[in-house]
Amino acid sequence: MGLLSLAIWVPIAFGAVLLAFGRDEHATAVRWIALIGSILSFIVTIPLFTRFQNGSAAMQFVEKEGWIDRFHVNYHLGIDGISMWLVLLTSFITVVVVISAWEVITERVNQYMGAFLILSGFMIGVFSALDGLLFYVFFEATLIPMYLIIGIWGGPNKIYAAFKFFLYTLLGSLLMLVALIFLYNKSGGSFDILTWHQLPLTGSVQTFLFFAFFAAFAVKVPTWPVHTWLPDVHVEAPTGGSAVLAAIMLKLGAYGFLRFSMPIAPDASHEWAWLMITLSLIAVIYVGLVALVQQDMKKLVAYSSVAHMGFVTLGFFIFSELGVSGGIVQMIAHGFVSGAMFLGIGVLYDRVHSRQIADYGGVVNTMPKFAAFALLFAMANCGLPGTAGFVGEWMVILGAVKYNFWIGFGAATALIFGAAYTLWMYKRVYLGPVGNHHVKELKDINAREFVMLSLLAIAVLWMGLYPKPFTDAMNASVDGLLKHVAVSKIPR
Amino acid sequence: MIDKLSWITIYPEVVLLVMACIIALVDLSGEPGARRTRTYVLTLATLAVVAVLTGLNAADGKTIYGFGGMVVSDPMGNWLKCFATIALMVTLIYGRPYAADRDMLRGGEMFTISMFALLGIFVMMSGSNFLVIYLGLELLTLSSYALVALRRDNAVASEAAMKYFVLGAMASGFLLYGLSMMYGATGSLDINEVFKAISTHKVNHQVLVFGLVFIVAGLGFKVGAAPFHMWVPDVYQGAPTAVTLLIGAAPELAAFAIIIRLLVEGLLPLAIDWQQMLALLAIASLLVGNLAAIAQTNLKRMLAYSTISQMGFMLLGLVAGVVNGNTYNAQFAYSASMFYIVTYVLTTLASFGIILLLAREGFESEEIVDLAGLNQRSPLYAGVMAVAMFSLAGLPPLVGFYAKLAVLQALIASGQAIYIGLAVFAVIMSLVGAFYYLRIVKVMYFDKPVTASTVSASIDVRFVLTLNGALILILGIVPGGLMTLCAKAIIATLTS
Repeated sequence: MGLLSLAIWVPIAFGAVLLAFGRDEHATAVRWIALIGSILSFIVTIPLFTRFQNGSAAMQFVEKEGWIDRFHVNYHLGIDGISMWLVLLTSFITVVVVISAWEVITERVNQYMGAFLILSGFMIGVFSALDGLLFYVFFEATLIPMYLIIGIWGGPNKIYAAFKFFLYTLLGSLLMLVALIFLYNKSGGSFDILTWHQLPLTGSVQTFLFFAFFAAFAVKVPTWPVHTWLPDVHVEAPTGGSAVLAAIMLKLGAYGFLRFSMPIAPDASHEWAWLMITLSLIAVIYVGLVALVQQDMKKLVAYSSVAHMGFVTLGFFIFSELGVSGGIVQMIAHGFVSGAMFLGIGVLYDRVHSRQIADYGGVVNTMPKFAAFALLFAMANCGLPGTAGFVGEWMVILGAVKYNFWIGFGAATALIFGAAYTLWMYKRVYLGPVGNHHVKELKDINAREFVMLSLLAIAVLWMGLYPKPFTDAMNASVDGLLKHVAVSKIPR
Repeated sequence: MIDKLSWITIYPEVVLLVMACIIALVDLSGEPGARRTRTYVLTLATLAVVAVLTGLNAADGKTIYGFGGMVVSDPMGNWLKCFATIALMVTLIYGRPYAADRDMLRGGEMFTISMFALLGIFVMMSGSNFLVIYLGLELLTLSSYALVALRRDNAVASEAAMKYFVLGAMASGFLLYGLSMMYGATGSLDINEVFKAISTHKVNHQVLVFGLVFIVAGLGFKVGAAPFHMWVPDVYQGAPTAVTLLIGAAPELAAFAIIIRLLVEGLLPLAIDWQQMLALLAIASLLVGNLAAIAQTNLKRMLAYSTISQMGFMLLGLVAGVVNGNTYNAQFAYSASMFYIVTYVLTTLASFGIILLLAREGFESEEIVDLAGLNQRSPLYAGVMAVAMFSLAGLPPLVGFYAKLAVLQALIASGQAIYIGLAVFAVIMSLVGAFYYLRIVKVMYFDKPVTASTVSASIDVRFVLTLNGALILILGIVPGGLMTLCAKAIIATLTS
């Protein structure tokens, strides 16, 4: 069994074992097994980074076995510099999420932990699949655990949110399925993604494919105007669900643009880049303004996620080295930062059971340690230099300015809104005098929460201060992608 | 004419017939009111033997004609027979506790009649002659009418039986009328002869198409495709649940078999005509089934509408076989439909198995709300039901996804814009379908249970139901084997 297979199946195996547990009397054992499973799955992914050959655009750690002979589908895995970090991010966030749920989830613990571990395996599968159908299977399979996570452990309006999440994203992926089958027939019976990259396709076919993929990936990212499911879902989802959703699931969409839309339909991607750039700019500026007026902390961070993901798609569709690598760096950074933001809100919610900004005030007085972490993550969210949030946004804006000054200018102004809503929220929640008796009775974070937030803080700072390993690993792949996209695939 | 080869083609049927008669006699000498353990065990043992026999025949891969070409034993028929037998075994295992609680086992006729129904299914599957197929169909449907009316004192069941009988008789009439027109036009009842006669183009096309309309309408009734679906919800809801499963699982395989026998083996030269008709049936079924299912509160009724929509999807596979007179796509299209129907039956068994399990004495458990909080009462059974629902919705990594994938692939591989449009339509309809399947999962996992009692089941039910659920998942992870099996069976049928 190869490393990638281990990375996928170790968490799924642990998750399946957890599901076999009965009632909640074994909750402690369940938690420990989940923690061991998630740590083990993280350890399994570390060699993917240490043994990764920088400077090669080829797929690495490739595994290929026949799977469904009838359709020439292979169990084909491999990662390049783009997906490697996303695999590591996934296994890392899973550890943090398991820690975050430790005492918080008391009902049906085994199902909660099991769902997260299985979800983690599926998402790693998405990032490492090199076979179109395998990709689709993993991509879709993630819906099942997430639907259950939102529906069982979510807030008061959870059922509406669970359905909205499921049906919205399912519609997108079903249209993608039609595109995948179309490509299968077009390529003479192959589901191999890398083969698809080489297919000559006429302009109209490329446009059809581009929009079929757009349906799937734009909803997942989510791009404005198909982003409306995200705030609803975030508000209702349990803390861990929100963290995984923002930190990883949104990246499935962005990753899809890089792996499918751009290389398979490069001409259509160029042709429709104006649309993607416009939508991204609207996400960055307009949704940023929407975030400013939110009363609910989770909703605020949810809208800020939409805005930050706007930077990602903006970076991709300006087709420059800076833009694309900036977008990818932003994906990873957003994974750490949004995960941290949601987990931070979870820490407050566990104590006060409210997410309304107005219910807080002066938290720094009673929870100084926590407020320090929150400040770091808030700063990362506004893109302060030295934190993870800065690197990606800066690269994207730099790329955008080179592409077109006004686009870069528009994106850069959005940074101001980002700083405004984040800092304003920080001020209203943490600073000033103690707001009410709830805040007065708050206890500072315990050792478990300290560990959880520290892990994320280290990641945020490491990426902010020394982003070189991240960009080094992805350079060759980004180069390869851009060279590939620059060549027209319309047959002459 | 009756030579050694002829007997080889039908010996599983002979075993079934003889044993059905013997078991009927044995059943007479039991003490009344028991759970019919002896009859039950004997029936299952017979079915197991028959399943093995047909399975061996199928694995053999040979096509043999017997009785002067009246019957055929080919891999497709034999595999479908094997699956139908297994489906009946599973049905009886799930249905026995339910039937016993409702005093339906005073006599052992549930077992013997269902064996005769299976015999009818077998005859349909191996018929290579219009008359033989019709005989099999009548044996199956007459047995089914009796089974639906098994609870004589129950008004709802009697009403369902009546509806089933009247509409079923009309469908049989349609089919018979269509077949007789084919006979009149071609001068033969033999499927291969009819094929030859039509492909020589010496037959009046108008007469053929006129007969074809009646045949397709009759088949549409039998598979429950819209607009001939009206009996499905009423019968599914009205029949005792054990019988609902009996008429909703194994006979679907037979319906598929006769569609292949009649339309493909017999009337392939008319494919252009019947493909259009089937396409319309499929579109109507997808629309009616999916939209009506959303509004249902009764679980059995919802599953009935879901069946209609699933049959619509299955029919789509049959639509794409012949493109511009070219049959290169046929093996993909028909094997996709076969895979679809087999996996559909597997999933239906699991979902009705759960309903039967939850039905207690005097409590039917057929409303959707009756599933509330099942996850808290029994995570295992909730899991099985959830797997079945997600599979029917067509979500990977469950087997229902590959069924839909294969059909969509057959449609898109035709390269025709109109078929690609059909594929997109089917995809959008399956999104609508996902809504009501998800609602079942929602009720089981997100709602509070009405009662806290745990669900208990005897060891045989527990084992088979778990296996059933696991199989939906396992075949979803490694669907290749079953797909290849269906493909080989269809290729053998097409080339013989």
